[in-house]
Amino acid sequence: MSGVRHLYVHLPFCAHRCGYCDFVTAVGRVGEHGAYAEAIVGELERVRRRLAPDVETVFVGGGTPTFTEPAALRRVLAALPDADELTVEANPETVTPALAAVLREVGVTRVSVGAQSFDERLLEVLERVAGPDDVRRAVHTLRDAGFDNISLDLVYGIPGQSAADLEADLASALALEPEHLSCYELEAKPGTRFTHAHGAELARQAEAMEGYAEQVVETLTGAGYRWYETANFCRKADGERELRAQHNLAIWRGADYLGIGVGAVSTLGSERRRNAPSVGRYVTALAAGKDPPREVELLDEGTRAVELLMLGLRLDEPFAIDASGVAGVVDRDALDRLVDRGLVERRNGSVLLSPRGRLLGGAVTAELLA
Amino acid sequence: MDQSRIRNFSIIAHIDHGKSTLADRILQLTETVSEREMRDQLLDSMELERERGITIKAQAVRVQWKGHELNLIDTPGHVDFTYEVSRSLQACEGAVLVVDAAQGIEAQTLANAYLAIENDLEIVPVVNKIDLPSADPEGAASEVSELLGGSTEDVVRISAKTGVNVEQVLDAIVARIPAPAGESDAPARALVFDSSYDQYRGVIAFVRVVDGRLPTGAGLRAMAMGTDFDAEELGFMAPQRVPVEALEAGEVGYVVTGLKDVSRLRVGDTLTTRRAGAASPLPGYKDVKPMVFAGLFPTDSDDYPELRDALERLKLNDAALFYEPETSQALGFGFRCGFLGLLHMEIVRERLEREFDLDLLVTAPNVAYQVKEKNGEWVEVHNPADMPRDPEEVQEPYVRAQVIVPKDYVGAVMELCTERRGRFDHMEYLSETRVLLTYELPLGEIVYDFYDQLKSRTRGYASFDYDVAGFRDGELARVDVLVGGEQVDALSLIAHRDAAYERGKLLVERLREEIPRQMFDVPIQAAIGSRVIARETVKAKRKDVLAKCYGGDITRKRKLLEKQKKGKKRMKQVGGVEVPQEAFLAVLNLDGEKKR
Repeated sequence: MSGVRHLYVHLPFCAHRCGYCDFVTAVGRVGEHGAYAEAIVGELERVRRRLAPDVETVFVGGGTPTFTEPAALRRVLAALPDADELTVEANPETVTPALAAVLREVGVTRVSVGAQSFDERLLEVLERVAGPDDVRRAVHTLRDAGFDNISLDLVYGIPGQSAADLEADLASALALEPEHLSCYELEAKPGTRFTHAHGAELARQAEAMEGYAEQVVETLTGAGYRWYETANFCRKADGERELRAQHNLAIWRGADYLGIGVGAVSTLGSERRRNAPSVGRYVTALAAGKDPPREVELLDEGTRAVELLMLGLRLDEPFAIDASGVAGVVDRDALDRLVDRGLVERRNGSVLLSPRGRLLGGAVTAELLA
Repeated sequence: MDQSRIRNFSIIAHIDHGKSTLADRILQLTETVSEREMRDQLLDSMELERERGITIKAQAVRVQWKGHELNLIDTPGHVDFTYEVSRSLQACEGAVLVVDAAQGIEAQTLANAYLAIENDLEIVPVVNKIDLPSADPEGAASEVSELLGGSTEDVVRISAKTGVNVEQVLDAIVARIPAPAGESDAPARALVFDSSYDQYRGVIAFVRVVDGRLPTGAGLRAMAMGTDFDAEELGFMAPQRVPVEALEAGEVGYVVTGLKDVSRLRVGDTLTTRRAGAASPLPGYKDVKPMVFAGLFPTDSDDYPELRDALERLKLNDAALFYEPETSQALGFGFRCGFLGLLHMEIVRERLEREFDLDLLVTAPNVAYQVKEKNGEWVEVHNPADMPRDPEEVQEPYVRAQVIVPKDYVGAVMELCTERRGRFDHMEYLSETRVLLTYELPLGEIVYDFYDQLKSRTRGYASFDYDVAGFRDGELARVDVLVGGEQVDALSLIAHRDAAYERGKLLVERLREEIPRQMFDVPIQAAIGSRVIARETVKAKRKDVLAKCYGGDITRKRKLLEKQKKGKKRMKQVGGVEVPQEAFLAVLNLDGEKKR
C-alpha cells in the first residue's frame, strides 16, 4: 500500500453560524483556537504514517479556516505536508493583505472564497457577515498577493431571488474572472432555523426556481467555463494549467483520503471514519496522546460500488462501469431505458450523462441502481 | 307444544325506528332474561352491529307470554340483506311493523311491509317513541293504517325505551297473529332462515319446522344443496342455546350440524330427514348472487396470505360473500370480491381492517355485467378490465328504487334520478308533506356516489331503498386509462356512453395531480377503444440532483440516494412510469372532486 495522497483538515471556527449551514462549526471560542491547532498537529502526527511520501492535495476547510486566530492558523498550515495543491477556504471579510501574505508564505496554492452572492439583500437573508464589496475586495487582495487560482462559492435559490437576480450574481462573479466556481442550490434542511424562517417562501418559489440550475450551467459554459462536476466549473484551456479542484476530483474518482479535525471524515479502502464533532473532546483526547473519538463505518463492496457510481456520474468524463467494479449494482435494463431517453450516453463500456441527465443526476443514478 | 299456542313473528322497521329496543323490552317483560343479564340490544351481538345500530345476522329467541310460546325472529334491517329478511319472514306467520312516531313511514318501512305482505303475514302495526317531544303518534298511525289498509285503532302506540304499552304488543301478537298450521304427521320439512358458524361445533342452522318433526340424532339432508349431516343437537334460543329432544311442527329453533363449511348450507334451503324424507322442498329457495364487486388489495403485498386467511374466515359466517384471486399489474396480488350491496361491502371491509388488522386498498366498486360474446354466449363480468372492448351486447343490473322525501325536495330527487339514467315509475303522496317516488335505476349508478348525492341534495331528509329488478340492455362503454402510453388495468371503468367523456376527463385530471413528475413527459390518456377522449401531461422534471457532494458527506448522500431508490420501488411501474398507490384511489373520488 502506497499511502494516502489526499488530506483534509477541518478548522471549525466561525464568527457566526449562518442559518442554512449544516457543517460542523464552532462560533467564536477564540481562546481555544491555539489548543485546537495543537490537537490538529497531534492528530496529523498520529496519521502521518498512513500518508504517502508525496501527498498530492491538501484541503483546509471549515468553518471559516481564515477566522482562526492567526498564530493558530499559521501553526496548522506550517505543519502540513508539502502538496501540489493546497487549498484554503476563506470568507471574504477575513481576507486582508496580512492574511494573504501568510497564506502565500506557507505555500497555499489555491483559495476558495465563500462569496455566496453579490446582492446585499440576499446576503442578509443568508445571514452572511460579508457584503458584496467585501467579496470583490477579497478577490483583489488575493490577486495582489499573487494568487492565480481562486475559486468562488455561489449559492442560488435563495428566498426572494429572481432569475434576474441570479443572472446579476453570475455576472458579478464572472467579472472577477475566477479560475473556478462552485455553484450550489440552497438546501433548506428540515428542522434548521433557516427552514423555519424561509421554508414557506421556498416552497412557493420552488417551481420558478426549477430552471435555475440550467441557467447557471448555460451562463457559465457560455462564458467559457467547463462544467466538470455537477456543481463545479473551471476556466478552460488555460495553457498547461489544470484548474479543476484536484482534491475534490480525486474524491469523486474514488480515491482514499484522510480527514483530520472535528467532524472530519476519512475513507480508507473499506473503512470510513468520522471524528466526533465536539471540539472539547477532540482537544482533550489528543492532549492525552490518544486518538480522537470517532465512529467507524465499514463499507462492503456493494455499498462502495454504489458510492463510486454516485460520485463518478457527477463528472463530465466517461465513467467506466466495468473497470470501476460497479457492474454488480447497475441495472442494465434501466441503463437501456435511460439511453433511449437521451439521459445517458454510452461510450465503449463507459457511460456519461447528457447535460439534461446531469441536471437529473439524482433520479438517473437512483434509476440505474439495480 | 300444541301448535295453537305457538306464535312466530318478526319485528320489521326502518333503521333507528326502534326495532332492537322493542326486542330488548320483550325479553325483559317476558322474563326471558333477568334485569341483571340485560344488556341493551342484546340480539345484536356483533361489535360492528352494535356500533352501527343495525342488525346484520338474524337470530331467533323463544319467549313465554300468558301460556303461549312466542318465537321472535330478528331480521337484518338493510336492503343488502333483503333475501335474508324475506327468508326470516317466511318462517313467521306475522310481523310487528315498527314506525317512529316522529319520523313516520320511511323507505325501509315500505320495503319491509311489502315483503311481509308478499309473504302473507299478519301485520301488527306499532308506533314507537311516543315519549319523544317531537312525536306525532296520530300522524304516524294514520300513515301506517293508510299503507296497510286498516284502522288507526289497530295501531299500538308504545315507547320501547320506557316500556309503555309494550305488553299490548305481546297481547296483539297472541290475539292477531295466526298459529302455525303445518302437518305434524307429514315428512319433516324445516326452513333454514339463518345460519352461523361456531368455532367448535361448526355450522349452526336456525330453522322453522313447517311439517313433521326433527329429532336429535336424526340423519338430515339440506334438499337444495344436497348436503347430508346429522342433527348433533337441537334446541331453541332463550337467548342462550337450550337443547331439546326434538323440534316439532310450528316450532323455531337451532340445529347443530357439525358441518365445517357454511357454503354447504344456505339460507332458504329446506331440511328433511334422510329416512322417510319429504318429496319436495319448501318453495322460494334462491341462490343469492353478489351484485357489487370491488378489488381488495393489501397495502403491503406481504400481507396477501393474511388477507386470504381473513376472507376464508369471514366467509364461514357470511355465505353471501364471494371472492376470487385477482392479479393486477398495478396493485399486485389481491382478491376480487362480490357483495350483496354497498353496505355489505363496507361491513366486510371494516371487519377485515378491524378484526384482522389489515391495511387495505379497495378499488372503486362496480356492478356485475352480463356480456354477450361474439360466439353468442353470455358471460358475467365482474371487473371492468375484463370487459370485452367490442361486445355484441351488454346488460347491467337495474333496481327498483323507492325514495321518500318531504315534498319540497321532490324536484331535487327527480333531477338526480334523471341524471343517473333513472326511469320514473310513479309518485304518491303518503301524507300532505311526504312523497314516495319510485324509479328504476341502473345499480351501477347507485354504487357510484348515489347515496351521498341523495343525502346532500335533500339535506339528509330522503330515505331510500331498492331491490334488484333484473338485467337490462345498457349503452355502456369501457373507458381505459393509458399512462405513458400503456394501459393500466386497475383504472379501467365502465360508464354509460353519455357520461364516459366527463368521467374520463375527470379521471385523467386527478391522475395528473397524483402522479409525480418524472425524468420525461408522461402523457395520461383516457380512451374508449382506440379513441382518446381526454389527455393530460405530467411535465418532466428539470432538475433532480443534489448540489453538493464532498468527502465529508458521501455516506449521507448515499443514504439519500438509497432512500430515493426505495421510494421508487414502492411505486408501481407502469410503462416505465412510477405511479404511487394513491393514484389508484383517484378513480374512487371523482365526484368528490367535482363537488368541491
